[in-house]
Amino acid sequence: MAKTLMKGTEAIAEAAVQAGCKYFYGYPITPQNEIPEYMSKRLFEVGGVYLQAESEVAASNMILGGGATGERVMTSSSSPGISLMSETLSYIAGQEVPVVVVNVVRAGPGLGGILPSQSDYNQATCGIGHGDFNLIVLAPGSLQETVAMVQKAFDLAQTYRTPVMVLCDGVIGQIMEAVEIPEGHGKNLSHPEKWACGYMRERGGKRNIIRSLFLDPDELEEHNRKLEAKWHEIEKNETSCEKYLTDDAEVVISAFGTVGRIARSAADSLRAEGYKVGLIRPLLVSPFPYKDFETLIPTCKHILDVEMNWGQMIKDVNRGVKYRLPVSFYGRSGGMCPGVEEIEEECRKIFAELS
Amino acid sequence: MAEKIVYQRPKSWVEGVHSHYCPGCTHGIIHRMLCETLDELDIQDITTGVAPVGCAALMYGYIDTDFIEAPHGRAPAVATGFKRIRPDRLIFTYQGDGDLASIGMAEIVHAANRSENITVIFVNNAIYGMTGGQMAPTTLLGQKTTTTQSGRDPLRAGYPIRMSEMLASLASPCYIERVSAAKPSHLNSLKKAIRKAFKNQMENKGFSFVEVLSTCPTNWGMRPTDACDWLVNNMIPYYPLGVFKDFD
Ligand SMILES: Cc1ncc(C[n+]2csc(CCOP(=O)(O)OP(=O)(O)O)c2C)c(N)n1
Ligand code: SF4
Ligand SMILES: [Mg+2]
Repeated sequence: MAKTLMKGTEAIAEAAVQAGCKYFYGYPITPQNEIPEYMSKRLFEVGGVYLQAESEVAASNMILGGGATGERVMTSSSSPGISLMSETLSYIAGQEVPVVVVNVVRAGPGLGGILPSQSDYNQATCGIGHGDFNLIVLAPGSLQETVAMVQKAFDLAQTYRTPVMVLCDGVIGQIMEAVEIPEGHGKNLSHPEKWACGYMRERGGKRNIIRSLFLDPDELEEHNRKLEAKWHEIEKNETSCEKYLTDDAEVVISAFGTVGRIARSAADSLRAEGYKVGLIRPLLVSPFPYKDFETLIPTCKHILDVEMNWGQMIKDVNRGVKYRLPVSFYGRSGGMCPGVEEIEEECRKIFAELS
Repeated sequence: MAEKIVYQRPKSWVEGVHSHYCPGCTHGIIHRMLCETLDELDIQDITTGVAPVGCAALMYGYIDTDFIEAPHGRAPAVATGFKRIRPDRLIFTYQGDGDLASIGMAEIVHAANRSENITVIFVNNAIYGMTGGQMAPTTLLGQKTTTTQSGRDPLRAGYPIRMSEMLASLASPCYIERVSAAKPSHLNSLKKAIRKAFKNQMENKGFSFVEVLSTCPTNWGMRPTDACDWLVNNMIPYYPLGVFKDFD
């Protein structure tokens, strides 16, 4: 597809369609309504299924059932809706069903506000549901990157048979940018006949059971061991991080998603003023690129963590640099976005203290 | 002389296993009827079951079809998600009264209202069996449970919900019938209803719902035969058997 000017939410939807996703179940919530709206029309054209669920609880269970066919299925929602999906996401992880969830985060807590926020970092990376499991979470910083990550999310979900979240904020959802949406390969990477439901006849009467209930503790521990081993595999293969001008940087800004993009502009203009500033940005926030942060220890003197929340990623940053670098924080909340000048100002203050 | 087989394990019953259900519990009878139906319609290997959270959570241990386990109450949404993608396959849910009429009320009503082409077996035993006998939405007035120790009082706990009647008030569902598993004389209608609910799905007729009145001798605190009598004398008067909707 040629480069076209598109709104974030629509680019997300079309990227999914191009990646071979023909099945969408969801429930309306701002600021992501254009995704289901687009899908309701588009999936009809490609012979797929769009279904407006009665709630996010139902939508998440529909992707559980849909994912159990082995096909590429997705839902999208925003913060309060994601909270409602958390029980099912735990089942989906335990039952090893590949699904993609797009979360266009809005400001909380509660009904909060509909403006951009990153206040669900903790929920996505370490609190999405009960039980010992992890979610793969991609955090795009631009529209083009969002398109790539949505498409990659389907591959990851099927390769590892696990739920994958694309964690965007309202900026990504609402921004208009020129994007190119590649035709994904759309290939099913999960070998559904091996594990999915609906293939018993083809398998000569051998059935598949998709479950997470193991009443025998030995059996459950074994199952959990398998999930844990899979997670280590994911950590090894999929961890991904952008480092920008960090080689000689004395101050490194850490940020994810849209804030990473804002911080990059701040780093550029501070460099023009002669300050040695860099940027580190996890592309996946789960698994977190701890090793990339570790590489900063010898040269960096101070890390400034910037987020659209009150500092949720900071614990991972500290762990990454092994608590050996000073890490300070600047953030905005409630739908407010940290501006380039605000970040520059914070950096200048740090340099003043360093000298 | 050739032997005549009058009774044997249905092909769809997993070989060599006995169920974990309490002695005299009618879950087992309903399972058997389901298996016989799968055999007779020759649909075992194109059918997927959705297991509930409740005493039947482990039903895939006995019924030999593909199975998806659903979170408590959400089986109709899980079945919907599956069936919309695989209309060439059959799917059923099997849910208790806590599962379907309490926590899963929204999912069942909306699946019925969209007339999803699925088969629902609703096992109404007027109690939460698995968690040890708490009040269900279908618990009868005056019925003692561990959370209504002096009997269900409508002022505090409302009236028992008649699911079949309620769903029959919707325009879209195709077939709704209430049957019982308590007496041998009930079993013909039970089997016929389950069979019809699957046939409807095979003919793409839409949402089919069979409510089965079932016993829970353990949590009702009765001997199995007394439980069957109690069902007949107390449940049937409040939950009358019969067809509430049939598009045929
Ligand atoms: C979200 C959630 N809430 C509560 C439970 C606990 N729970 C398990 S089974 C059950 C009730 C089952 O009763 P019913 O559906 O009537 O099935 P029965 O055991 O009577 O066949 C409850 C409340 C759970 N597993 N999950
Ligand atoms: S607790 Fe009740 S419903 Fe559950 S198996 Fe025992 S008798 Fe049956
Ligand atoms: Mg019950």
